[in-house]
Amino acid sequence: MLTETFFIAVSLLAVIAALGMLVSRSPVRSALWLILVMLCVAGLYMTLSAEFIAVVQVLVYAGAIMVLFLFVIMLLNLGALPNLERVDFKKGVGFVLGTVILAQLVYVTATASEPLATAAFDPAETGSALKIAEELFTRYALPFEIIGILLLVATVGAVMLAKRTFE
Amino acid sequence: MEIPLTWYLTLSAVLFSIGVMGVLFRSNLIVILMSIELMLNAVNLTLIAFGQFMGDLAGQILVFFVISVAAAEAAVGLAIVIAIFRNKLTVDVNDIKLFRH
Repeated sequence: MLTETFFIAVSLLAVIAALGMLVSRSPVRSALWLILVMLCVAGLYMTLSAEFIAVVQVLVYAGAIMVLFLFVIMLLNLGALPNLERVDFKKGVGFVLGTVILAQLVYVTATASEPLATAAFDPAETGSALKIAEELFTRYALPFEIIGILLLVATVGAVMLAKRTFE
Repeated sequence: MEIPLTWYLTLSAVLFSIGVMGVLFRSNLIVILMSIELMLNAVNLTLIAFGQFMGDLAGQILVFFVISVAAAEAAVGLAIVIAIFRNKLTVDVNDIKLFRH
């Protein structure tokens, strides 16, 4: 019962924060709302007993990535955008497409509920760092190395893109 | 511990749709990148929910990789935003007409 109350409260907060990110005019406010969404998602990972991923979520997403976003917003000195929220054809199309995607996803979830409802929650401390490290460094060692190379390439590429002046 | 799997899937669908609307609504490049991060978060939530309900650790490993790739994507995307801003002095997608005649 306590878990369900926690889930409902946190998911409501996450949806409200996501909508706040969608409608707020200033990019800084959007970033702060998004940080709140990520913290709520980390809380939901805790209800799924995925503790390690929850910590990584807070450290990497809410910490590193969002700091990078805020840093770029400050660097570009973006203020509140003028006359942003005028309703035009593009926004109408976007709203319709987003609603259609939501309807599709909810429809699939609702109609496939027979096998989904019978799936049992299987905690068995699968979310601990020990279990994840055992899998990560044995079975998934090659993807782990590739991710390292990808991060190196991304760092070099980001520096090159930001330094270079295009003609 | 009696939260059904469908609750997680529904919440994830709602967050993903809000991310899609953010990409389609907003004209600020940085907010569009943030909406993409929101969509990645929704997908991660689905992966972890399925993984935990099926007793499989692969979901969490995959989320670990998705977070790493998202970090790389954010770095490169923001570098592109900076490069565009240095040339065009704007981050509004309606004002960036590189390929338009």
